[in-house]
Amino acid sequence: MTEPVIELHEVSRRYDGGPPALDSVSLRIAAGEAVAILGPSGSGKSTLLNLVAGLDRPSSGTVSVDGVRVDELGEAASARYRRAKVGMVFQFFNLLDDLTVADNVMLPAQLAGMARDQTRQRAADLLGKLGVAQHSRAYPGRLSGGERQRVAVARALMNRPALLLADEPTGALDTASGEDVQQLIKDLHADGQTIVLVTHDLALARACATRTIQLVDGRVAADTAMNRVR
Amino acid sequence: MSAVGGVVRSGVGRRRVQTVVVGLVVMLAVTAAVLGGSLMVASSAPFDRAFAQQNGAHLTAQFDAAKATAAQVSASAQAIGATASAGPFATTIISPDTARNRDSEPMTVVGRADPGGPVDAVSLISGRWVTGAGEIVLFSDGRLPEFFQPKVGDALSLPDLPGSPTLKVVGTARSVSETAGGWVMPDQIKALTAPGADSGYQMLYRLASAATAEQIDAARTTLLANVPAESLTGTRSWLVTRTNSAGNTVLYVPFLIAFGVLGVLMAVLIISNVIAGAVGMATRRIGILKALGFTPSQVVRAYLAQALIPASVGAVLGVVAGNALTVGVLAQTNRLYGTSDTGVSWWLDALVVAGALAMVAITAWAAASRAGRLRTVDALAVGRTKGLRHGHTAARLTARLPLPRPVSLGLAHPFARPARSATIIAAIAFGAAAATFAVGLGSTLNEVQATESHGDVIIHPGKRMSGPPPAGLPTEGQGRVAGGPPSPPDPVAVVRAITAQAGTAGYSGEADTQVTVAGLTNALDVLAYTGDNSSYGYRMIGGRWFSQANEIVVSTPFLTATRTKVGDSVVLTDHGVDITVRIVGEVFNTEDRGLQILTAATTLATAEPELRAMSYSIALKPGTDKAAYVKSLNTALESVEATAEVAEEDTAEFIIVVNALTTLLTLMLVVVAALGVLNMVVLETRERVHDLGVHKALGMTPRQTIAMVIASVVVTGLIGGAIGAPVGVLLQRTIATQMGNVTGFTLPASVVDVYQPMQLVLFGLGGLLIAVTGSLLPAGWAAKTRTATALRTE
Repeated sequence: MTEPVIELHEVSRRYDGGPPALDSVSLRIAAGEAVAILGPSGSGKSTLLNLVAGLDRPSSGTVSVDGVRVDELGEAASARYRRAKVGMVFQFFNLLDDLTVADNVMLPAQLAGMARDQTRQRAADLLGKLGVAQHSRAYPGRLSGGERQRVAVARALMNRPALLLADEPTGALDTASGEDVQQLIKDLHADGQTIVLVTHDLALARACATRTIQLVDGRVAADTAMNRVR
Repeated sequence: MSAVGGVVRSGVGRRRVQTVVVGLVVMLAVTAAVLGGSLMVASSAPFDRAFAQQNGAHLTAQFDAAKATAAQVSASAQAIGATASAGPFATTIISPDTARNRDSEPMTVVGRADPGGPVDAVSLISGRWVTGAGEIVLFSDGRLPEFFQPKVGDALSLPDLPGSPTLKVVGTARSVSETAGGWVMPDQIKALTAPGADSGYQMLYRLASAATAEQIDAARTTLLANVPAESLTGTRSWLVTRTNSAGNTVLYVPFLIAFGVLGVLMAVLIISNVIAGAVGMATRRIGILKALGFTPSQVVRAYLAQALIPASVGAVLGVVAGNALTVGVLAQTNRLYGTSDTGVSWWLDALVVAGALAMVAITAWAAASRAGRLRTVDALAVGRTKGLRHGHTAARLTARLPLPRPVSLGLAHPFARPARSATIIAAIAFGAAAATFAVGLGSTLNEVQATESHGDVIIHPGKRMSGPPPAGLPTEGQGRVAGGPPSPPDPVAVVRAITAQAGTAGYSGEADTQVTVAGLTNALDVLAYTGDNSSYGYRMIGGRWFSQANEIVVSTPFLTATRTKVGDSVVLTDHGVDITVRIVGEVFNTEDRGLQILTAATTLATAEPELRAMSYSIALKPGTDKAAYVKSLNTALESVEATAEVAEEDTAEFIIVVNALTTLLTLMLVVVAALGVLNMVVLETRERVHDLGVHKALGMTPRQTIAMVIASVVVTGLIGGAIGAPVGVLLQRTIATQMGNVTGFTLPASVVDVYQPMQLVLFGLGGLLIAVTGSLLPAGWAAKTRTATALRTE
């Protein structure tokens, strides 16, 4: 295995003294992999994603992403880490309704202090590549679910992250839009993007992932290499 | 527990920030309203209330003990039909010296065994009442400068009496009727009366009809007819005392009332904002309750209770805080007005609490009813599907600004909720207006006081420092009997000494006299000037200062009384000589109730060739050491019966009192305004918490989050300040003008136009300061909010 982009070592996470949401999870994900995290509700999928994204800290264990010890970062440092290393795609898109599509996409770069012209150019390129350039001046509320998720992906890729994290990216979409986004993820992976996908949807995992990790009650129940469905 | 009870308990307990903010805001609003209301009550006809509280004497009469017996004096009460009377009290006149105040001006001392009684129930300010020999309670007028205030423990020496006895000051007291300069035990009067001096009796009457000068005159005429001939040596009408008292206090009443009104209005605004916002935020929760089977009336009841529980706690705490603060404020207003208010009126407390809770209930009821009437499905959708937001254009425009993105994001926030932003602006504008008004008020009062300063150094006749006027001598029209007037110092010697001093920039000599003016019944004071600096400190309203004989400068009340204007001529009669003078200028001068005439001494030369300047005012060149100048001048004046001293620059006590009151109220209004901002930003932050999570997930650092939240109030703060500062100026100008109208004076521009352009800019920015202060706490909370938690929040 090549040098891992993500490395979790004996990671546990407990909330308010309850049973562990994650229990001694160790795993490594290499650059260029597309990994689907599967499991029923409450199995710890979102907790795992939050820990990798630096949105949460483990109760014990270590989390490293692209050489950065995420579990040791403070609030400001983890914000800077997300800007630099991580792009996130959410189930309900999480686009900001009072910003235009272009402004939404440019936001991560603007927070990182990228030059104005460069930001604009990069956003235009991404929107064009993802097929939503015609909506750049529209507000998210006017777009279909599939279009919104494309915009969200464009925003996630804005800072050229080492890692793309997607939390149920097709969960809020109709079948046609879901297939559309599924193809988009496959295309991104084909371009070399490392992807971690959290989903209930086995079909999506089969279509997009090169490896699946099954979580049950916070533990890794299975870690399987996949032959992706073409 | 009922379903409604459970909802209320969880609503109050779980939403702690909101519960605390509602309680805190109601507490501060009630505190401000109690304080403001008390101030309005205290400032309402203060003399009349003080007079009523003390059962003031409508008529005070002084009798010669050698010409009337105590029984005859006592019987006079029945003769004039007094509804109540007190006395006869034995009186005498003493001329005490104190260590701080080496002054021998006379003071009427009255023998009274206790301060109470049916008439003139004197209010003890400090110490205790006299109980034996060698003790005195001194009259204290809170409006005198601190230096001149008598102090408990002071010793008064009486050098004019055999054996030079001393009296120990055991207390200070206020008599609204100003019946005495001091009080001793009755049996002490004899010992305090100088050999050969007259002693007297004082009699105090309350009359059934005493509203007009005619009614008082009629009582006086009846009195005169019913006591032995020539035994009545003087009387004093309460109307005269009231006029003299009003001269000071009436100037400040409109200011204090304006502050009271501001306090109450602010309370109304903030309470309604906070409650409406708090209930409005719960719309989705209301949707869930309805989905569970709550009826609209149950929803309303639940949210009424949720609002009223913290509001009631806040109201109770607010009343306690308001009463505690008001006691201190009333001590100040009592000193200012001579009243003896001891606490907040019970009806005011009840009114404020009832008003605040009613406002909470009405606002909560209106907001909960609206939410309760929403279709359940719509209520449930609130927070999930974002409603139509305004401000897209603003967001687009601010995104183009060359500012850090968090700042430009924050700048657009107020445009998304115009109604909410308007209420924040209103709260900020109130605070900015209050601060602007308070500073303007202070400047106005200081400017009024500055008009009374006519030199850097003053030369008085005699070798002793002048002290406070003695109180309590009932002489009609004046109210006081002067001691033997000192002789004017030799003008040639004084002027020679002044002009020889290095550092003298100019001087004026002032001679007092009186003249009559055609059309006016009473004699008017005239200040007749010599020297080259007579206009020092005077503020002209129109025309110019006199430059030669037969020109006079007067104040507005003089012009009103004589129906003249600048440029007209009037005839002054001085010692039987008619002098035609021309009015060349209108000046702001409150002396002699605005009727004093200012002119050159040469104007009166033919009528009073012997008129000499009694005192001198000297202006010094910049940088001159005043103390060294005075020391040197006093050396030069050694052979002359005159003493130089640095002109008193202490701020008058009543101005300090008014400034303290307004500072306190301003601080409260500013805090309430900031709290209003805090509440609104909390609501806004909570409403945007999901967006906040998205921002953080995209890499917004805590510092950038704080910058965004603070930037979200910058526009409202600037607009609030831009509205509030001019409103404060308008309020100050309106009240100052009103102050002038009430007293009959035209105020000079220096008193009305007190703001510098840079000051106005700063007051405008004060709105920004209030807004930023109010947003700091929620900005900190927003920065600390965990990203994962925020993202899960709907």
